[in-house]
Amino acid sequence: MTAVPKDARTRAAGRARRPRAEPLVLLGPGLLYLLAFLLVPLALVLSYTIFKRGRFGGIVHEATGDNFTRAADPLYLDVLLTSVKLATMTTLLALAIGYPTAYVIARLPARWKTPALVAVVLPFWTNFLIRTYAWIVLLNSEGLVNSALTDLGVIDRPLGLLYTDGAIVTGLLYAYLPLMILPLYSAIERLDPQLAEASANLGAGPARTFLSVTLPLTLPGVLTGCVFVFVPSLGNFVIPELLGGGRTIMVGNLVRDQFLKARDWPFGSVLALSIVAVLIALLTVQAWAARRFSGEGDHA
Amino acid sequence: MTLLSVTGVSRRFGDVTALDDVSLDIVQGEFFALLGPSGCGKTTLLRVLAGFERPDTGTVTLDGADLLALPAHRRPVNLMFQSYALFPHMTVEKNIAYGLHREGLPKDEIRARVAGVLATIGLPGAAKRRPNQLSGGQRQRVALARAIVKRPRLLLLDEPLSALDKKVRAEMQLELKRLQHEVGITFVVVTHDQEEAMSLADRIAVFSEGRVEQVDAPVSLYRRPRTRFVADFVGANNLFDGVLRDGGVEVPGVGSGPLPCEPPGDLPAGSPVVLSVRPENVRFDDEGPLAGTVMDTSFFGGVSRVAVEVGGLTRPVELTVPGTAPADPGKPVRLSWNPDRAILIGPA
Repeated sequence: MTAVPKDARTRAAGRARRPRAEPLVLLGPGLLYLLAFLLVPLALVLSYTIFKRGRFGGIVHEATGDNFTRAADPLYLDVLLTSVKLATMTTLLALAIGYPTAYVIARLPARWKTPALVAVVLPFWTNFLIRTYAWIVLLNSEGLVNSALTDLGVIDRPLGLLYTDGAIVTGLLYAYLPLMILPLYSAIERLDPQLAEASANLGAGPARTFLSVTLPLTLPGVLTGCVFVFVPSLGNFVIPELLGGGRTIMVGNLVRDQFLKARDWPFGSVLALSIVAVLIALLTVQAWAARRFSGEGDHA
Repeated sequence: MTLLSVTGVSRRFGDVTALDDVSLDIVQGEFFALLGPSGCGKTTLLRVLAGFERPDTGTVTLDGADLLALPAHRRPVNLMFQSYALFPHMTVEKNIAYGLHREGLPKDEIRARVAGVLATIGLPGAAKRRPNQLSGGQRQRVALARAIVKRPRLLLLDEPLSALDKKVRAEMQLELKRLQHEVGITFVVVTHDQEEAMSLADRIAVFSEGRVEQVDAPVSLYRRPRTRFVADFVGANNLFDGVLRDGGVEVPGVGSGPLPCEPPGDLPAGSPVVLSVRPENVRFDDEGPLAGTVMDTSFFGGVSRVAVEVGGLTRPVELTVPGTAPADPGKPVRLSWNPDRAILIGPA
């Protein structure tokens, strides 16, 4: 009789040693998609950077380092820097507005949470371009904001609101705020409210409780939200185009112009990779911070 | 000396009355228990004392000063949460030191007090560990340490032992009691477990549906319940609803005559009363007024419990006898008790 369980054990062990097929089947479609539409194009873009441009787009297979030298020009570095600055401002504003919003939603009675979350993502149901155009209507010199302020007698002449950095940040913030609120909501919602009570019970005022308990424990959500807002903001070119007045302000516009207007694919590739490089650097910092603070935080 | 005084406190949540005109006094140095079934309002009272809940009416004073006027973080009251609520991102040491840092104590003193309390709870080696690396019993000790290290005037404990398995719970009961003696802090423990309340507390307040039914020492609570609820909730009991007559308590349709009871004091004859007789006070007696049939017997080592079905009663009468049961199921028996051990509970 002992032979039967022994045999079963051997078979079980054999099964365990063979690589399991299920994960591959489940991951397959996703991996294939990423391979075909992300990694292969990225490799192509990477390879384009070392070739000369073709006259009407495309590349000529002649190696050169000129594309990189050109990108180091202060003119282009400046655009990259402005992009990082605007995306950073957008992210910080989204965090400042999104955290309290997410906090209130997470602490609402259960039956109000879903309506509140739907309200947060509701703007996504309207076309992205239409939403951005709406800001032109609001912000231009004859727009709603200016005419309201004029009528109220706050200002004499219309303010130049449109075609400014402020307009771009406003547009980016409007577009990506929900991407900040959702991960924050899920982090705060999971936080046990008794931890804040325990902190108060031990003598911590509301500010100390927030800094020592609530914030560190929701930090993964904060970092995720920041990445979700920063990444699309940095590469965006539609909003700077429409609300920034079509001047080449952000690196996204620059990339788009190189590919579609100047037809300089190799240089466009270098610029595109510069965005990827900035993002990889930031994601590395984010991963490090998430480990450092939520893993072994020192908050006493 | 009265430390905490709760007067006329009520709290409603929508249609639910969690606390209904609750008044009680807790004495300095006492181990006080709030006992009741879940949903009786005892945890709400604890949250009122901690400052997480405001009563609709009533006053609470601590050392004679208005406690309700202080926000939660300024009250000299610490709470050990039922879920322990340890900060998961901090080590044991940092969890315990958290409250001391809030007092702005010097670093050396904080270190000394944390080390001291870790020794007191018997976990000197756990300082650098995180809550998720501890067992349930260890977490419970750390939660307790975090609360007592502040040396509060009043320590509140919300179902402190409910998350522990039975064996650890018994150990921790003893330890809690030892600790309370050692640190001399007034303890208020909320529990639904009457044995826990009985074994730990100097005095117990029994709660039912937001009201305080009775406040008494464990022995008095057991021997002399004042309401039907207390008589039924605290310990096993036999209750008979009847009317007080000269010769005892008349229960319609039950017994060959009035059931024997203690002298009625100033209760007038004709009052509706509840007669309460503990199982250990019921005995087999061929002359007894109650006739019935043995339904069931169970042996508990030193004692046996016998359930006797009596005509006219919905619940069987229970009795506890030393040794093995003297009668087998199906046997007709008669029951009686010493009148002094049959407690009268007057109309509420």
